[in-house]
Amino acid sequence: MIYRSHVLICAGTGCTASKSTDIEEALHKLLVEHGIDKEVKIVKTGCFGLCEKGPIMVIYPEGATYSRVSVKDVPEIVEEHLVKGRIVKHLLLGDKDAEDVAKSLENVGFFSKQKRIALRNCGVINPENIDEYIAHDGYRALAKVLTEMEPNEVIDLLKKSGLRGRGGAGFPAGLKWQFAAQAEGDQKYVCCNADEGDPGAFMDRSVLEGDPHSVLEAMTIAGYAIGADQGYIYVRAEYPIAVERLNIAIRQAREYGLLGDNIFGTDFSFNIDLRLGAGAFVCGEETALMTSIEGHRGEPRTRPPFPAVKGLFGKPTLLNNVETYANIPVIINKGYEWFNTIGTEKSKGTKVFAVGGKINNTGLVEIPMGTTLREVIYEIGGGIPNGKKFKAAQTGGPSGGCIPASHIDTPIDYDSLNELGSMMGSGGLIVMDEDNCMVDIAKFFLEFTVDESCGKCPPCRIGTKRMYEILDKITQGKGEESDIEKLEILADNIKKSALCGLGQTAPNPVLSTLRYFRDEYLAHVRDKKCPAGVCKALLQYVVIAEKCKGCTLCAKKCPVGAISGEVRKPHSIDVSKCIKCGVCMEACKFDAIITQ
Amino acid sequence: MKSIKELEAIRERALKEISVRENENKTRIVVGMATCGIAAGARPVMNAFVEELNKRNIHTVNVTMTGCVGICRFEPIAEIVDANGEKTTYVKLDAEKARRIVAEHIVNGRPVLEFTIGAAEK
Repeated sequence: MIYRSHVLICAGTGCTASKSTDIEEALHKLLVEHGIDKEVKIVKTGCFGLCEKGPIMVIYPEGATYSRVSVKDVPEIVEEHLVKGRIVKHLLLGDKDAEDVAKSLENVGFFSKQKRIALRNCGVINPENIDEYIAHDGYRALAKVLTEMEPNEVIDLLKKSGLRGRGGAGFPAGLKWQFAAQAEGDQKYVCCNADEGDPGAFMDRSVLEGDPHSVLEAMTIAGYAIGADQGYIYVRAEYPIAVERLNIAIRQAREYGLLGDNIFGTDFSFNIDLRLGAGAFVCGEETALMTSIEGHRGEPRTRPPFPAVKGLFGKPTLLNNVETYANIPVIINKGYEWFNTIGTEKSKGTKVFAVGGKINNTGLVEIPMGTTLREVIYEIGGGIPNGKKFKAAQTGGPSGGCIPASHIDTPIDYDSLNELGSMMGSGGLIVMDEDNCMVDIAKFFLEFTVDESCGKCPPCRIGTKRMYEILDKITQGKGEESDIEKLEILADNIKKSALCGLGQTAPNPVLSTLRYFRDEYLAHVRDKKCPAGVCKALLQYVVIAEKCKGCTLCAKKCPVGAISGEVRKPHSIDVSKCIKCGVCMEACKFDAIITQ
Repeated sequence: MKSIKELEAIRERALKEISVRENENKTRIVVGMATCGIAAGARPVMNAFVEELNKRNIHTVNVTMTGCVGICRFEPIAEIVDANGEKTTYVKLDAEKARRIVAEHIVNGRPVLEFTIGAAEK
């Protein structure tokens, strides 16, 4: 069926949360009412990456990109754009006066600096329709591999491409495949780590939601390369849309015979099943993940033996991350030489980041390795809101660290981030401005680790808890200078003795903030002050007498009666009674109450 | 899936279905669809363009709409803009004329002079 117009609506988690499903329903109803439902096709796509401006709608053939569309905008879009062909300019993304709206999506600064390989199909195809994936060269790499290449040639190509694991540690993917291929075993497995758990990170979810077939195709290729006939995707149950689309994709691939027996008429057979995780952070660790697939409690075990030798059900297993897999079909189609041209010497290709925090364009970006943090924040991310100053960026989640403003021109790749004491991680990038307290940030990540520690080994179970208690003490204004030293000793011990990656990297947020923002820690313990004004216990609410008009509003709102003063005369706050709730500051119409 | 040929067949078919999302270097048929155009019968004209292109398996042409060009007495109007930006303006169209334009202008590259605005103004 050929339609004259396609309306692409983002159906990723972000836009679904801002009611893109309602928009789709309203649109469908209006198309029927106007009798143009046979001319205009509604296509639900994956994430465009511009979550901040969602819900996103793109109408072809014009290519007009509408942002922050709401249900009440739908009648105007239908009547003006779809019926009369007049683009609704005030809903357009970016430059509203742009003459050439046809290319508005590519012209937005947010997209022009990006290079989309893993996200190539996100927001472009309907993820629930295998044909659209095939139209964009889908399953061609699989066909090529099965009919033209030997398993060792596939591994060789991957090694030459220089692709490194996108899950965080950056281990060369080709080498991992080679180990799994060389391992002896009657049965081998291919697993996909889709247990994305870093706070604020959602790259893997977006790939699974927007382009599930790319992961299925790459896993099948992996099965051929290492000699496995069964794959498992370990995805968290908190990703219902991703799970649903994966199920649809697996069903469609089976119907087409792209999964199952004798794929492309060869004697190679492969199947993929889903395993849903219950959301424990530790299950993103490879040995814990496999233990969980086996049906046990998700706890890590010591390595070696590595999964390539003894993995799932004791058999040789290959485990890669979602984003790593999403790169592979393109590398096979376009060749390793092409992939080598992108990125830096030791980090080839691109990396997807979920950019969040104090940044204008919250969303998903894919950049060539070697792009500087400055470009990501100011050119793609649109800068810091409210004219505030950039202070630091946190990468790698609870296992990573901070990159301070002084290193904003560092090219982002695996090695440069490690040098700075942070890490690539799975791709969370949280931007912080001058209003963020670094001690508080470190405490936040440690609290997360304490919650998520599986409890198997004492350094992680007890050590992180003790670190958290020290940090809490510091933010309460009860810290001593010796506490900083204690933190460092404890951090060092945990790093050396914890059983798995979760524990070994848990002290990183503390160590890296101590490295770059030691003065902030000292301000907390020595001067009992929080320079950023975040740690409540260290704040005092005071009235600026010159600004106070004596309107009595604050005194009336104060829940503990800590504010006193005569009408039309400056008031004052009794520090001993004040519970620092901040109600007075919100109530004051003259900005006369400040914290210090 | 037993062969690469099968995959290629699906790919070809699917590419046609989504060809509307590709708009670089393509000829565009722009149909005037303001109130005046719609009242004069622009909708059947547009549908005829879409159907005829489809029937002839042409996927290098997009059909789009535009508002009132200001010459309402000539509606329904359609402009053909080729990849180089060259325009031909057809006026007082109906479904039958639209089909002829596809056959002669799009397929054979010969503008149907008798339907153009130049002919109508004489």
